[in-house]
Amino acid sequence: MKIRNRKDSEKMELDLTSMIDVVFLLLIFFVMSFKIVEMEGDFSVKMPLASSSSAVADPTDLALKLRLRANTEGKLTDMSLNDINLGTDFLALQNKVIELIGSTAPVEGEDGPELEIDTDYNLRYEYVIASITSVSGYKDGDQVVKLIEKIKFAKPRR
Amino acid sequence: MRVKRPQADMAKGDMTPMIDMVFQLIAFFMVLINFSQTEANDQVVLPSSKLVKPPEAPIEFPIVLHVARDGEVFMGGDSFTAETLKIGLQREIAVIKAEKKSVGDANVIIRAHKDTAAGDVQEVIRVAQEQELVNFALRAKEDRS
Repeated sequence: MKIRNRKDSEKMELDLTSMIDVVFLLLIFFVMSFKIVEMEGDFSVKMPLASSSSAVADPTDLALKLRLRANTEGKLTDMSLNDINLGTDFLALQNKVIELIGSTAPVEGEDGPELEIDTDYNLRYEYVIASITSVSGYKDGDQVVKLIEKIKFAKPRR
Repeated sequence: MRVKRPQADMAKGDMTPMIDMVFQLIAFFMVLINFSQTEANDQVVLPSSKLVKPPEAPIEFPIVLHVARDGEVFMGGDSFTAETLKIGLQREIAVIKAEKKSVGDANVIIRAHKDTAAGDVQEVIRVAQEQELVNFALRAKEDRS
């Protein structure tokens, strides 16, 4: 038994310095290059040049037009959907959209209603995204119920 | 002169728990590290939206346009204005055409700052549309609250 003891203590004499150096270098590398990534997603919009799409526009299509107005600081002052004023309430916008397109059933592919967004030039982009969010669907628990998938922009107002 | 014993004693401390910990840390950071190019730009703070989900499949032929707060557009490493963007887009389109794909296959990913004027974003879209690009993706941050 005593002999084994002596062997053990001999093993421990290994020089760990270089390994620890390398391990620390690795650790520092990974810590430095570590970055928490925020989840990002897209609103996919198919937008060909306006002139061609208006020429073949189907008159039976529901033409939804969302007008966004901004004050000089770029803050949303009011919005109207087909000339129905909705103030700045995105929930009201969503309810109006549900009311106008008739059903909350998911609309398939290309045949869904189309919405044109006509916004003041200096309106902040986040309001545009917020309005796109409320017209393109809502969350029902974990399920996303889609409303309008075809979105286009009107000509920029200078 | 040979009284160097205290130093030798210090080196004999048990390193095992420390090395265990350090390996744990390395394993943790290695697993979590994400080398994927998130093509982010410091000047862009995305607006957030409850509906967006991270794309399941990688987007084909992405052209990422970062629109900063003042309307400046970044693509690749270069900065453009809405007027000069045409040149940059034509360069990208040349690459796509060289790969024998049509321009319509390309996806323009627009990462615009949340306080950018909407009109500036529209201008960027209009310039891209003039180059026959049709697929746009407006990028937003996922809002899980």
